[in-house]
Amino acid sequence: MDLAVNWVGLKTLVRKEIIRVTRIWIQTIVPPAITMTLYFIIFGNLIGRRIGEMGGFDYMQYIAPGLIMMSVITNSYGNVVSSFFGAKYGKHLEEMLVSPMSNATIIVGHVAGGVIRGLMVGSLVTLIALGFTNLSVKHPLTTLSMVLLASTVFALLGFVNAVFAKKFDDISIIPTFVLTPLTYLGGVFYSISLLPEFWQKVSLGNPILYMVNAFRYGILGVSDISIVYAYLIVGIFVLGLFTLNLILLNRGVGIRE
Amino acid sequence: MLALSIKQLTKTYRNGFQALKGIDFDVEPGDFYALLGPNGAGKTTAIGIICSLINKTSGQVEIFGHNIDTEVEAAKACIGLVPQELNINIFDTVQNIVVNQAGYYGIPRKLALERAEHHLGELRLWDRRFDQARNLSGGMKRRLMIARALIHEPKLLMLDEPTAGVDIEIRRSMWDFLRRINDAGTTIILTTHYLEEAESLCRHVAIIDEGEIIEDAPMSTVIRKLQREVFVLSLREPLSEAPDLDGFETAMVEDRELEVTVDADNDLNTLFARLNDRGIEVVSLRNKANRLEELFMDLVESKQGVDQAAVR
Repeated sequence: MDLAVNWVGLKTLVRKEIIRVTRIWIQTIVPPAITMTLYFIIFGNLIGRRIGEMGGFDYMQYIAPGLIMMSVITNSYGNVVSSFFGAKYGKHLEEMLVSPMSNATIIVGHVAGGVIRGLMVGSLVTLIALGFTNLSVKHPLTTLSMVLLASTVFALLGFVNAVFAKKFDDISIIPTFVLTPLTYLGGVFYSISLLPEFWQKVSLGNPILYMVNAFRYGILGVSDISIVYAYLIVGIFVLGLFTLNLILLNRGVGIRE
Repeated sequence: MLALSIKQLTKTYRNGFQALKGIDFDVEPGDFYALLGPNGAGKTTAIGIICSLINKTSGQVEIFGHNIDTEVEAAKACIGLVPQELNINIFDTVQNIVVNQAGYYGIPRKLALERAEHHLGELRLWDRRFDQARNLSGGMKRRLMIARALIHEPKLLMLDEPTAGVDIEIRRSMWDFLRRINDAGTTIILTTHYLEEAESLCRHVAIIDEGEIIEDAPMSTVIRKLQREVFVLSLREPLSEAPDLDGFETAMVEDRELEVTVDADNDLNTLFARLNDRGIEVVSLRNKANRLEELFMDLVESKQGVDQAAVR
């Protein structure tokens, strides 16, 4: 692999992705900000007042890290799936496939684009959250590393989805039927300690639970699960999904006859 | 070292269709090479495999000595591709499309911008550099794809029907441009349905049909294989019926237009002598059909005849 070629290729790809996100900001940045504002108003402000405290914090404070993480996850996923599938559908993915840029660089470039959009939206949602509640970051390193890792996991998942997708319907099935339910059941709005024992155990099979809790630990200092487990699981997902994507691209699955 | 060497290349698609049945051909550096064939003959499949867009079933492909199985990145760096179908991001600007492509080939942005100015200028797109590609005409989009393919200054340029759907004026200007870059040393492989285009531009021709190469020779050799040519003569005076010219087949098109078939063992001097003997004055003459087109049809039809005989 020619490192110089791949480094310039990666920078080009990331730049292209940033331009794409900012060019269509009305589709990429604004909608999640509006959605999250509504969550803060309805769940945090109106309903939250009646709920009272959770995990030693008022409800608005408790759900804020989860909502930030939820916006990061969905936007990282959505960016990669729409960008890569769009390039595949419009055939301009061929621009990359004919070039000497490696498949690993193509994956990293798209994932970086997803992570950047996730962080942009996450930052905006954090600012919105600060308009509703006070947030101070207890463990900055945990907060930053977990948001980056979680964003990477879902950007990689978005890439898998885009590789297999054949039509536009295929890129909305996973977010609708898998991602959204897992996010809602991933401890964004509640502590799993509120669930019966059986459902607590079932919840432990949901990877989003670990990400939300580790991120909440980073900001508020409380978590339902072990942070070490969270890092272990997220790390395994990053490595496993990157390897899977590399195998898929090397074999030409979904992109080469 | 050959620009392109293909040995026993086969491709069978998942549905069982055998697009390539073990083709072999070599392209010399600096050549202008035509790959002709009817629709579905295997031209685009061959180009797709050479450019790593399609996985081959078996065989060997080397580009300037780089095997696409073992040195794929070095092989890819040598090629520029102008595909048959439009494959540009129509929402991106003209300049971004070519500069990004340069980046994928490892060319730093500053140099890419300089080259973009040169290539877009050559292809008369520099004034439109900040326009989104969707606002360009069909001919401009084709020219943009050529500029994009040249931005990393490839040694081998593959053009898959680059002038399809382009008007005559733009087609001619694209021909001039392609001649210039070929003269400057770029090896070019061209597939086209416009056989006049291949005859005008290319020095070597391979004809592919049903996944097999049925002709592979210098253009001059191929043209010499023509068995006969049909000329249409414009006459000074009208004729009521086709004259009997010894050794030539004749037919009236209109009362002042005579169609004459000249076999390979005859020539135009003899034809004019015969016309002169009968006092027929010719104002002008033209080829009825493109010569290469005739040969192409002869070769394809004779192959089909052989195939049908084999079936019987």
